[in-house]
Amino acid sequence: MIFSIFWAFIKIGIFGFGGGMAMLPLIYQGMSGLDLMTTKEFADLVAISQITPGPIAVNAATYVGYQELGIKGALVATLGVSIPAFLLVNLVFEFIKRFRESHLVKGLLKGITPATVAFILVAALIMAKATMFSLGTLKIVPVIMCIASLILLEKFKVSPLSVLFIMGVLGVLLCG
Amino acid sequence: MIPLIQDLVVDKKKWLTDKEAMDCIAISQSLPGVIAINMATYIGRIKKGLLGSIVATIGVITPSFFAIILIWEVLDKLGSNSYINGGFIGLKSAVVAMILWAAIRIGKRVLNNIFSWLIFIMALLGLIIFNFDAIFIILTSAVLGILYSKYGERGER
Repeated sequence: MIFSIFWAFIKIGIFGFGGGMAMLPLIYQGMSGLDLMTTKEFADLVAISQITPGPIAVNAATYVGYQELGIKGALVATLGVSIPAFLLVNLVFEFIKRFRESHLVKGLLKGITPATVAFILVAALIMAKATMFSLGTLKIVPVIMCIASLILLEKFKVSPLSVLFIMGVLGVLLCG
Repeated sequence: MIPLIQDLVVDKKKWLTDKEAMDCIAISQSLPGVIAINMATYIGRIKKGLLGSIVATIGVITPSFFAIILIWEVLDKLGSNSYINGGFIGLKSAVVAMILWAAIRIGKRVLNNIFSWLIFIMALLGLIIFNFDAIFIILTSAVLGILYSKYGERGER
């Protein structure tokens, strides 16, 4: 199991383009492929990773590894997701000019970048499904809180941290 | 986190010049992996070689590592009661909104022609309807991107 988790996170580290949020569906697929994660656990994991300071994908890796295998698991998952980035940056550093001017890299990113937008959207959808539906019915309170959060973020430019705080408190009052 | 790193490394510590910082961000965003780790590795490498990149990477990972373990233990000790569950429902609703918001902002910037919309829709349907392997989708879009920039863009120029 420890090797499976390590390998799953190595793959996520190699193919996880577009930053932490875009890596979330890879984490979900990798972990549910090992039967280690339900959509509810994914939603909890993302929420905790988001409210904890630090890169979301590192937080998520540490969390999953710790949940499954304690400190050892946290260590291999975190190293797994970090090592490919570390090696690639060091490798590219040697060819920085050629890398930045490479048509191949530009083309590759032209294809991958729009896909990463879909990946971020899918992370939100998986989470929304777990949070806002139960037994096929829509739960109205989380839907309203989600829409209210979007309005606070976009229209009123409230900081993400404040939105998290407001909705956390509202959740305790309304759903507690 | 990018503005935070930029502020520390360029403005406060003066480790990188503006141009180096732009290189750093561009490279970090075009490579796979956690962007903050890519940036840390790059900055460490510029200043102190391989050892610097190792130290910087460990530095950026360590706080998260212990913070998550601490939070996990605290939540485990608290167990589940209706207040905690309620708070979590609120947090999760807000996090869904934050991720959607990120998707919309990035989408507005990135989805700017038919090709990018096609890739976006293909990836979206591939993941949620057909349950394709995400890695397969990434590889496919990479190949399509390379083919498009080689042959497809001529017509548009």
